[in-house]
Amino acid sequence: MALLEVKNLKVDFETTDGVVHAVRDLSYSLEKGGTIAIVGESGSGKTQGAFALLGLLPRNGKASGSVIFDGHEILNLPTRQMNRYRAERIGIIFQDPMTSLNPYLRISRQMTEVLEHHRGMSHSAALAESVRFLDAVRIPDAANRVRMYPHEFSGGMRQRVMIAMALLCQPELLIADEPTTALDVTVQAEIIDLLVDLQEDFGTAIILITHDLGIVAGTCEDTLVMFGGQVMEHRKTLDLFANPQHPYTQGLMAAIPRLDKKVDRLSTVSYEFMVGERQA
Amino acid sequence: MSEREPILKVRDISVDFSIPAGGLFGGRKVLRAVKNVSFDLYQGETLGIVGESGCGKSTLSRAVIRMLEPTSGQSIWMGHDIQKMSVKELVALRKDIQMIFQDPLASLNPRMTAGAIIGEPLLIHYSEIGKVERLARVIAMMEKVGLTADMINRYPHEFSGGQCQRIGIARALITNPKLIVCDEAVSALDVSIRAQVINLLMDLQKELGISLLFISHDIAVVRHIAQRVMVLYFGEVVEMGDAEQVVMDPQHDYTKKLIASVPVPDPKVEMERRELRRRLRKAAA
Repeated sequence: MALLEVKNLKVDFETTDGVVHAVRDLSYSLEKGGTIAIVGESGSGKTQGAFALLGLLPRNGKASGSVIFDGHEILNLPTRQMNRYRAERIGIIFQDPMTSLNPYLRISRQMTEVLEHHRGMSHSAALAESVRFLDAVRIPDAANRVRMYPHEFSGGMRQRVMIAMALLCQPELLIADEPTTALDVTVQAEIIDLLVDLQEDFGTAIILITHDLGIVAGTCEDTLVMFGGQVMEHRKTLDLFANPQHPYTQGLMAAIPRLDKKVDRLSTVSYEFMVGERQA
Repeated sequence: MSEREPILKVRDISVDFSIPAGGLFGGRKVLRAVKNVSFDLYQGETLGIVGESGCGKSTLSRAVIRMLEPTSGQSIWMGHDIQKMSVKELVALRKDIQMIFQDPLASLNPRMTAGAIIGEPLLIHYSEIGKVERLARVIAMMEKVGLTADMINRYPHEFSGGQCQRIGIARALITNPKLIVCDEAVSALDVSIRAQVINLLMDLQKELGISLLFISHDIAVVRHIAQRVMVLYFGEVVEMGDAEQVVMDPQHDYTKKLIASVPVPDPKVEMERRELRRRLRKAAA
């Protein structure tokens, strides 16, 4: 049985200008320990589609469809029940580590809190466990740095803290929403390599949400390309890159300047496929 | 190219900032953001400046054209020392040197229409041009950058990010500049839009013979658009040369790390590169 089964997920937003269909029809499944990348440009619905799983939509957002996690329907669960899944079984990392950490609290407090609340650990045990996870995400001198405040860390180190925090309860699923977009490219490579290593070590299933096809290439087994709230293409990553089928995927790939290949002129994405789809 | 005289000669530019030294009564200390940078820029050439956040690439470009005062050094624009120019001469210089910024929406005045934004440099630098002629030039420029004349009365928020960047490009081009400084000009754009704007910049450069100082954190984009590239690291030039050569055969350790870090949209290549990065990390540790 799949760990996660998303079926016909729709996300709509009530706005003053009418209803916006952010996600129109999203279906995929993820095995235990599996990895899937959801790729799209801004406004493609990639983030809202993932936020809906954890009930993280803003108030004017409505999700419908079905999300089965480990045999249980979790879409639109009441907050109290959803909280049993959050952090404990499904972890999430956001794009900007500074705004998702509490600037007033030491890292130690923010991390031990999770373990004390979800696992009922004593403070000292929780602290030891926190240090162990900071070590796992390769933060040097973790035993001392755990007492620091978020602003005392660099952007890359902060993102490591976020990852450590998301993994604390050893969730079965980790959702990483643009985890490296705010980071420099050398730091990005380190964080992505770290995620891949952790995935191998802990066997956590990962949903990686990104706009960058380059990041996807080396990380996830499956890749799902979204545009306008719909799935354009969903295949094994190796096949998708070797032979992209959908015109949008093809366009997107040709539009990226690549270090390993020199082209005189970048291709641009043609949206003609949309015309055909509307008529169909 | 070497026999030609460069249009811009930069010699030993340094920029210091005074920053708090830390602590409540710590006083201040000097941060050297740019350290003795020199380069030449030729007509019709694109020089890329690559580096990560905080490496001084934006500070350098601003100091060169004196949008901020460098601590020491010279930049010679067609034989004239920019650092010694009077205010009047500087204003005239802005006609020749224009800028395009990163955030397309934030760099446009929200209360001005597209037409007013694009036409404003004409008001300042070519005040002798009449209203009708100005309007005609604005419309011609809008069409050149892929906008249409009917958009002239729209406000920035009514445009998409890519279109806003086109407005920024039109505004920069309308004074017929010889050099455009592009500071992360395509970084905020989606992949598909980015390709369009890069193509537009390259086409315009070919047509008009302008030089570009192209600042970016993305070495893949820089390699595509620039003939020569300068790699900045903590305010210092660690490597400068032919873009192709720097990418294919980087010499400095930092450039090697930078290039190994750029994700390549090819699973097989990317797996090999992860191994390479592991080796580089081990070697560094």
